[in-house]
Amino acid sequence: MGGTAVPPTGVLELDGAGVAVVDGEGGTRTLLHPTTLTLSERRVAVVGANGSGKSTLVRLLDGLLTPTTGAVRVHGLDTRRDGARVRGLVGLLFADPEAQLLMPTPLEDVALSLRHLPRRERTERATELLVDVGLGGHLHQPVATLSGGQKQLLALTSVLAAEPAVLLADEPTTLLDLRWKAHVEALLDALPQQVVTVTHDLEAAARAERVVVVDGGRIVADGSPAAALATYRDLMAGLPPELAARDAR
Amino acid sequence: MSRVRVATPLGLHIPGTSVVHRAPAGLKLALLAALGTVVAFVREPLPALGLLGFVAATWLLARLPLRALRQVRGVAVLLVALGAFRWWAAGPGAAVGMVAGLSAVVLAAAVVTATTPTDEIVAVLVRGLRALARVPLLGRVVVPESFALAVALVLRTVPTLLDVAQGARDAARARGVRGPRAWLLPTLLRTVGHAVRTGEAIHARGLLDTARTS
Repeated sequence: MGGTAVPPTGVLELDGAGVAVVDGEGGTRTLLHPTTLTLSERRVAVVGANGSGKSTLVRLLDGLLTPTTGAVRVHGLDTRRDGARVRGLVGLLFADPEAQLLMPTPLEDVALSLRHLPRRERTERATELLVDVGLGGHLHQPVATLSGGQKQLLALTSVLAAEPAVLLADEPTTLLDLRWKAHVEALLDALPQQVVTVTHDLEAAARAERVVVVDGGRIVADGSPAAALATYRDLMAGLPPELAARDAR
Repeated sequence: MSRVRVATPLGLHIPGTSVVHRAPAGLKLALLAALGTVVAFVREPLPALGLLGFVAATWLLARLPLRALRQVRGVAVLLVALGAFRWWAAGPGAAVGMVAGLSAVVLAAAVVTATTPTDEIVAVLVRGLRALARVPLLGRVVVPESFALAVALVLRTVPTLLDVAQGARDAARARGVRGPRAWLLPTLLRTVGHAVRTGEAIHARGLLDTARTS
């Protein structure tokens, strides 16, 4: 997609990194317990229940969140000290493209990712990228009038236009129909970049080289897809904790 | 590549090939500013009606459809109310002069926005701000790129927020609840949620980093 050169796979490291926030009652709530993890595989899937800490993990890797304990390093760069350089290396694709797309039209949104280029070159390159992904007929169409699949494809194109070495995808196909899901997954699978995907889709997770299972803000399984996903299935068997507690009463 | 444009959900731009469409955006905005200045000094009905006639001719020259007038409906109501007050306060001549003058400006603004793509209008404004940014002291507070991003974000967000409000209204209706209280709070909360996610996107795309380092 877009003819980008194959970037070398670097290392993403969490070194005792944890995140705690102040809750509404003045106490603290732990989103991610101190975690040590080194990711160097080209395809990593992160799975876990809703609210388990998966999104916190990817936001740490993008430097959107800084750890309250420990450190996070991307290709050796500390996200706390070198946040801007980290965000230059890492692209983040959200589940809902509605908030991710910032400009009124596709051409302007992709061009925003190319703002380091001169204006004419920026427009030409953005046009080229949009034509490549099949959005050439929608260059000036208001983003609001695109379909959900087209919006996600545009969001992916805008992220990749900046040629990140690492792509973090936070539930990239959750809101898509089957056809768009297959299309976006095929594009993600074909990328030369290192891709870390947060997903509830176990078929997609099974295609990764490594699967990390997060539960209650802790990594509870980490390894080959077969072993890690078996743990996840066991974990998800039965009722959600809130309902189990209700039934116990 | 030909530039195919469609009207935005805000109903601003209507594609066309007329001489008004092809005129440079900077010229149109300069004429609009000049018209606004002239109208501020015109008190008599005849010159004001003359200006309104001139703008109406521009409208016809641009071959704009009547639906483009929808964007000025709200202002038209306000003009009628202002005209009535002016009639009562200063007589019919003053009322006609004021309403015709203001109508000319509103109609001219509609012609400019209907015949000019938004990004071209923003580009002209940014060029103007770049000149301002070169003025000592002003350069510290005027950041043209941030202004352009802010305008683009407004244009991008308005349709999204209309969808959010419609969704909240539909949800309230589906549950048999009517009245603004049922959908205003959910709309407000979802709008804040959207703003938070947009902030994350701005951060993730490195726009804050660019602003800090430029």
